[in-house]
Parts: sequence; structure tokens; C-alpha cells
Amino acid sequence: MSAVRFSGLAPLLLAATVLVLGVLVVMPLGVVFAEAFAKGVGPYLAALKDPDALAAIRLTLIAAAIAVPLNAAFGLAAAWAIAKFEFRGKAALMALIDLPFSMSPVVSGLVWVLLFGAQGWMGGWLEDHDIKIIFALPAIVLATVTVTLPFVARELIPVMQDQGADEEAAAVTLGAGGLTVLRRVTIPNVKWALLYGVLTCNARAMGEFGAVSVVSGKVRGLTNTLPLHIEALYNDYDFVGAFAAASLLASLGVVTLVVKQGLEWRYSGELAAGRRR
Amino acid sequence: MTAGYAHPLERPLPRRNALLRGRWRERSVLPGFPLALGITLAWLGAIVVIPLTALALRPWDAGLGGVWATLTSPRVLASLRLSFGLSALAALLNLPLGLTVAWTLERYAFPGRRLLDALVDLPFALPTAVAGIALTALSAPNGPLGQLAARVGLKIAYTPLGIFVALVFIGLPFVVRQAQPVLAEFDREVEEAASTLGATSAQRFWQVMLPALAPALTSGASLAFARAVGEYGSVIFIAGNMPMQSEIAPLLIVTKLEEFDYAGAAAIGLAMVVISLAALAVVNALQAVLAARSRPGATT
Repeated sequence: MSAVRFSGLAPLLLAATVLVLGVLVVMPLGVVFAEAFAKGVGPYLAALKDPDALAAIRLTLIAAAIAVPLNAAFGLAAAWAIAKFEFRGKAALMALIDLPFSMSPVVSGLVWVLLFGAQGWMGGWLEDHDIKIIFALPAIVLATVTVTLPFVARELIPVMQDQGADEEAAAVTLGAGGLTVLRRVTIPNVKWALLYGVLTCNARAMGEFGAVSVVSGKVRGLTNTLPLHIEALYNDYDFVGAFAAASLLASLGVVTLVVKQGLEWRYSGELAAGRRR
Repeated sequence: MTAGYAHPLERPLPRRNALLRGRWRERSVLPGFPLALGITLAWLGAIVVIPLTALALRPWDAGLGGVWATLTSPRVLASLRLSFGLSALAALLNLPLGLTVAWTLERYAFPGRRLLDALVDLPFALPTAVAGIALTALSAPNGPLGQLAARVGLKIAYTPLGIFVALVFIGLPFVVRQAQPVLAEFDREVEEAASTLGATSAQRFWQVMLPALAPALTSGASLAFARAVGEYGSVIFIAGNMPMQSEIAPLLIVTKLEEFDYAGAAAIGLAMVVISLAALAVVNALQAVLAARSRPGATT
């Protein structure tokens, strides 16, 4: 064997990589659009203009519009406490933040049914007071919030830990109040990481299927989010409709990916993901 | 940040608990700690702790015997075996696949490298339901991959093989992303030294590179495994969902909930969480051993 670094293998490895990514990644993305436009542009647009599809899009946007800001605010608070201060129990707190990552989405939905479902801990009380949580918007938001809870926090914590607390401390000694420091020092320093975290959080929130499917009740036009609408149409063998709806979410995924990559290439030093590389 | 701070405030905060010395937190000039920690704990309590408490307590409504009966029923056992077994197999296959992709992306310069690198994240970016129907359309008997497989007598969609394909799909990025930084930072001088000392490329790979990669590959595979065990959306369309044959554990939870068997659903959910955490603990221990071995000078 020569001393050259495995160079004879290079074409083989490249071919294998292209094959793996082609079959596992490019083909699934391609088939979504191929199936969506299988009968032409007319049926595609008709599928998206269907009232149930529009209702599903609206519900998905509403759920994400509530869940993402909540988890972004939580992420900022958690990162402020964890990255800027030293206290006992920090490791346990971070493990708790990570926990939703290692839970099945179905379990993330199940826990809310156990609390608020008809036979859940608070089910009877909620029924007496005519409050609907399960099979309605509140549970859809709660399930989405559970699944997407770590995204912003996990992005901000390492970045803010690396930046330390020196700049904030300087601002405070110069007389700045807490909110001013947050607004003028901390957030400008982590703006790209925050954007990155919000983007990935939003993509997951809009695309979440398992957790939401457990709590939604799947009433068409009422409690179906876009991913659930896809399932309903697919199970009806309405493939153009299912893939047309899927093409919206696939586009969201691709746009998120492109912006994410752009951020990683330009601001890699200011992102947790960039530093991993 | 070097020594010689002009002002005591410039001193970086201690990384560990070194300065806590009995107090529960280090004093700081920064405001907002109680508020930030309060928000964090309140949110985690409401969204994670209270719901998980419900998950931990609810199964026992049916008593210890009820939990045992649920978990040992043939259908539940079959689904747990299927979910954990196929997830482990998929994570194992993702080791060589992920390493090949990571190796190519990190070690060779070729046109389109950045595009391929970006594509690795697509399984993360594609919502699970979208991935599910796309993989099913590809591997159904009339799909392009399904027709190819049929020629060699294989059926992918609506069989456990289909579940396996979906789990490989969602697990691949984990292994690639864990292996890449190790490959990028690997000291080429070590490799060159090995080859100067007469090591063949096979020896260099198995005895020099692989031990260094082992901890990252283990953590990549364990992340892929953890994700695969709980995976729902990308699996249920392709699975066929036949009880005893192609029914994954998360789907059985949904089925139990639809039958209003909350205790049964919670029992399966709790079992999955417990088994996953136990598997993670084993992997962490394994990783510590591998990391200790891969340190320079620690190998034979």
C-alpha cells in the first residue's frame, strides 16, 4: 500500500455519499413536489385553496405564533440565568431543559391528555366549568410548546456562556438597568443565535405531527393543523391534496435550511452550531 | 481573556462551583437572576415537570398488576421489541453510512461539497409527516424504490423493512454531524506518523482513526437511536401498522388513548421513557470508556 492517504478510495467514497444522500434525502424531497404537481398546476392550487386546507394553514400559523414567542422568551430567561450566573443545580436544570428532546412526540402529547383529557386529572373540573383544552387550540399549543421547548435555550446557552458576563457587568457599573442591559448589550450580542434558535423552533412547531395528533381530535377545518391535514388527505387517497399540503411544509423546511446554512457560514463564530464544526 | 484585569469586574465568572463554597450561588453584580430563574423554573414546571409527573403516576391507577399485565401483553411486547430493535439496527447501519458521508465531506474537496453538506440536515428540516408520505410514495410497490426492491424480491413499504428505512433516514444526520468535527480536527501528523512507521491504510483506519472517532460515533448513534425509538410521523405511513408485526410502540400509545385506556397508554409511555434513559446511561458509560481509550498514549 502506498503512503497516500486513502486517495484510491476517494471516488468510491464520493459515489457512496452521493448515493446515500441521493436516495435518503434528495429523492424524498423530490417526490413531494413530483406528486404534488402530478396532475398539473390547477389541481395543486385547488388543493391549497380548499377551505379545510386554509383552515389547517391558519391553525398551524396561530399555534406557532403563540408557541414560538413563549419558548423564545423562556430561552432568553433560561440562558440569562444559566450563562450569566453560577449556582448549584445548573447541570440538573440543563438536563431538564433537554428532556423534551429525548421524549417521543407521542408522549409529549400524551402527558396533556393525562392532565386535561376527559378522564384526566382535571378532566372533570374542566368539563364542569365548560373549558375545552384537549381537542382544541390550547392543547395544540401546549403540545407544540412541549416539543419545541429546548430549541432557543439550547442555542443561546452555549453562545452566552462563551461570551461571559463582562460586558453586562460593565454596563451595570455604568448605571444601566437590567432591561437596558438585556436590550442594548445581551440581545445584540446574541442576535444571530437567537434568530437561528427561533427559526429551528418555528420549523419544528409548524411541522410537529406526533404530539399534536394525540391532542387535536383531528376535526377537519377545526382542529387539524397542516401536518394533520396531510395525514387526513393521504388516508383518503387524495395524493395530490396531501402532497400539495406537504409541499408547503417541505418548502418551509428548505427555506429554514437555506437561512440556517447562510447563518452558519456567515456568523459561525456567533452560533452554537457554528462552533461545533 | 488573559490575566491582568484592569478592574475586578473584568474577572471572568468561575466556570465550576469552585467559588460557591457553601453558598448556593456566586454573588454577581448583574440583576435579574431571581426573575430569570423564576421564569425558567415556572415554565419547566408547567411544561415538563407536572405533565411528566402525570405520566409517572397515572399507570399505577391499574395497580402494579395492571401495569405488569399491560406491559407483558404480547401486542405491547411485540411493539416494544420492534421499536427498540429496529431503532438499534438503524443506528448501527447509520454508523458506516454516516461515517462515509462525514469522511467524504471533511476530507475531500470537490465541487458541490457545501451543497451535499447542507443536504445532510434535510431529515431534520423536513416535517415528519412529510418525510413519512414521501418515503412511502418512494418505496410503495409502484414507487421507484419499491419497484427496484421488488426485482430482488423485497417489499419495503408496509413491512418492518419500511420502518427500518424511515429510521435510517431520520438518524443519519446525527452520526454525520457528530463525526464531522472529529474528522476535521484530527491531527494528520498522527496519521502520517503511523504510515511512516509502516502502517497500511487499513491499519491506519482501524487502529488510528477509528479509536479517535469512536466516542463521537457512539454519541451520534445513541442520539439517532433515541430519536428513532420515539419516532412517529415518518414511520406510521410506511409501517403498515399490523399488530404484532409492524406496529411501533408510539402508535400503540395512540391506539390505547383512542380506547380511553389512559393507564395503559401511560404505562407504555413510561416504559419507553425508562428504557430510553437506561439505554442512554449505558451509552454514556460506554462513551466514557471509549473516550478514555482514545486519548493519546492511552492505547496499547
